[in-house]
Amino acid sequence: MMMFENKEQPPLELFTIVQKEKLNATTTKLVIYAPDIAAKVQAGQFLIIKNHETSERFPLTFSDWNKKDGTITIFFRETGFSTIDLGQLEVGDKIQNIAGPLGNPSEIHKYGTAVMVCGGLGTAAAYPIARALKEAGNKVITLLGARDETFFILEKEMATVSTEVLYSTDDGSKGKKGNVTELLKELIVDKKEQIDIVFVIGPSVMMMVTSEVTRPFGIKTISSLNAIMVDGMGMCGACRVTVDGQTKFACVDGPEFDAHKADFKELMQRLKSYISEEQQALHGEGGNCQCHNQ
Amino acid sequence: MSQSVNKNHQDKTFFKVVDAPKQEPHVRINNFKEVVLGYTEEHALVEASKCLHCLNAQCVKGCPVGIDIPEFIKHLYHKDYDAAIAIIKEKNSLPAICGRVCPQEEQCQKFCILGQKDAPVSIGRLERYVADIEQEKGIKIPQIAPPNGKKVAVIGAGPAGLTVAADLAKLGYFVELFEALHTEGGVLVYGIPEFRLPKSIVKAEVDYIEKLGVKLTPNTLIGRLFTIDELLSKKGFEAVFIGTGAGLPKFLNIPGENLNGVYSANEFLIRVNLMKAYNFPKYKTPLGIGKKVVVIGGGNVALDSARSAKRLGTEKVYILYRRDKNEMPAREEEILNAEEEDIEFKFLAAPTKIIGDEQGHVKALEYINMELSQPDTSGRRKPIPIKNSETTMDVDTVIIAIGRTPNPIIQSTTKGLETTTGGIIVIDKKTGQTSLNAVYAGGDIATGEATVISAMASGKIAAQNIHQYLTNNSNNTP
Repeated sequence: MMMFENKEQPPLELFTIVQKEKLNATTTKLVIYAPDIAAKVQAGQFLIIKNHETSERFPLTFSDWNKKDGTITIFFRETGFSTIDLGQLEVGDKIQNIAGPLGNPSEIHKYGTAVMVCGGLGTAAAYPIARALKEAGNKVITLLGARDETFFILEKEMATVSTEVLYSTDDGSKGKKGNVTELLKELIVDKKEQIDIVFVIGPSVMMMVTSEVTRPFGIKTISSLNAIMVDGMGMCGACRVTVDGQTKFACVDGPEFDAHKADFKELMQRLKSYISEEQQALHGEGGNCQCHNQ
Repeated sequence: MSQSVNKNHQDKTFFKVVDAPKQEPHVRINNFKEVVLGYTEEHALVEASKCLHCLNAQCVKGCPVGIDIPEFIKHLYHKDYDAAIAIIKEKNSLPAICGRVCPQEEQCQKFCILGQKDAPVSIGRLERYVADIEQEKGIKIPQIAPPNGKKVAVIGAGPAGLTVAADLAKLGYFVELFEALHTEGGVLVYGIPEFRLPKSIVKAEVDYIEKLGVKLTPNTLIGRLFTIDELLSKKGFEAVFIGTGAGLPKFLNIPGENLNGVYSANEFLIRVNLMKAYNFPKYKTPLGIGKKVVVIGGGNVALDSARSAKRLGTEKVYILYRRDKNEMPAREEEILNAEEEDIEFKFLAAPTKIIGDEQGHVKALEYINMELSQPDTSGRRKPIPIKNSETTMDVDTVIIAIGRTPNPIIQSTTKGLETTTGGIIVIDKKTGQTSLNAVYAGGDIATGEATVISAMASGKIAAQNIHQYLTNNSNNTP
């Protein structure tokens, strides 16, 4: 906060965008002024964002923060209405609402060897966890998977906190051709790496497959569940997930759960709840003409 | 002062209740505008003229905040609306809200002496009438004590928190009102629908509280962004009030509850009210609802959900309640409104299973018929399932409105804060003080799910005691 509080320069308004980068066709990085949040956030936590007055609330995981500058960093893919809308904002613009940090922080201990399994944008959420694990004295091996070589993010950052970074792509343009879970299998079976814990963050199907890779070996596996949320504070229950046969709220009981106990099929089913409405919002059916305004 | 009203207490028709006009059912099911339109001046004066101005007014005893009801009605009757609202505001900072959502039939009006023979005075409607006049004219800021340099943090901008903030600001305190959501009002904005309580009314009351000098800080989840301990030790607050409410939805724990199309009433109402999903896609929060909706529960939240669903254009809305109509906790007036809106009630029925299609979306609800036992020692008749009476009904959406429990985040992040096993914060009911020094609580977080007015009443007690505590404190520390 200090750097902004001098007399020549008025302090920034809360939630002002101070840096923006388009990383590839769909991925955008924003650095946002939010000093109280930056002072408090821990690895594994998330925020709820609401772009404008008429926007929905949606969750994004913190990717980085800077206490000195009072900033937080998020990455998102511009694939749905709200993320495309967020991508329209520029440096100097203000996001209307950000609430956070929310959810429980990751449990960081000295486990020994920790493997980060990251799919696509999941790397953004995994980075602070990997960093915290390294700071706690763990050996961190990172496995990054993406559609093609242009979709990797935070490669340098991940390299600085990992002893080893392995890649996979769907088209073989970087690293192994195939799925990131195959890298994990090789690590366990072929390279006989003694793994104490796996953190997996990515699309739910990839997290499910990862949990099946580690299950036979009894390797503790933690997944961050990307459920639909509205308030993100335990009030609505939209984010309910079944873990070990019990209904849990991803927002307040999670977002991280034992991947071997999570019901990923149910999660995937629930993530499809609003597909048709999403299309409607994207294409503005009925929304932009005056007759539907109230 | 022209009194056109003939105060003829001998005239039998005189005591007939003057009901406020409402939107016609077939009109109102197509909009989210307020159902009850409020009194005209003529209506209000007739209704006010019925008050007998009892010396030992029973209605006042039925009011959780003790408003001098006969006195405000007297001023109203004399068309001195400024004086009328001033009397109300001595005890109640949110009259436009209470005039609409208080269960007056269980409180002030229940004790009105006229009610013993005929209809009681419609005190709630009169309260709303003078409060609306005040809002139209622009709410006047009362005299505020000079700043005393003391800071109080109020957590949760619902009915309890708004009351505490207003009362302490008037006494000269610097009050910061922390709200976890993006806008103030608590259950008044996320729970109670527009057609029962327009959000512009809540906004006006919140604006008033801001004009009293209260600092509004939304987007702030206390317990996560700052802990109670940090507010007291690092942020310079000398006292804290916790009014975080009962916002956690209860579920039924029956099979199929996590299918798509099953909502907690909280989620459904948050989407509709707070996020304005009824105005989708202008507002971007989606809400799929389908053609047939069933709401489980018998309280006001169940009715609010059912009536909202009706207004979203669904064909058929059912309410399933495991007891019978007489035992519904909802307000009678709202049950009547729901019936007029063609909501179908299925009494003595409890859900047993939610059935989904191949896509994981709700397609039916199975329920079992119930019968009521003989009254138990508490006098309440327990619903008991009738064996082999399971029935299936086709529905696209299930909304579960069976109650809410306290928000747990502050309890789990505050050392030494005593709670019940149900997560309710334990307070001294006379003072509002928790097990911690300088930390007070009130509203649903300290009582369990209750009414707007009882939350305000506990807020008033806490505000007085915070004032007393901080006054004594400064006297003791020179």
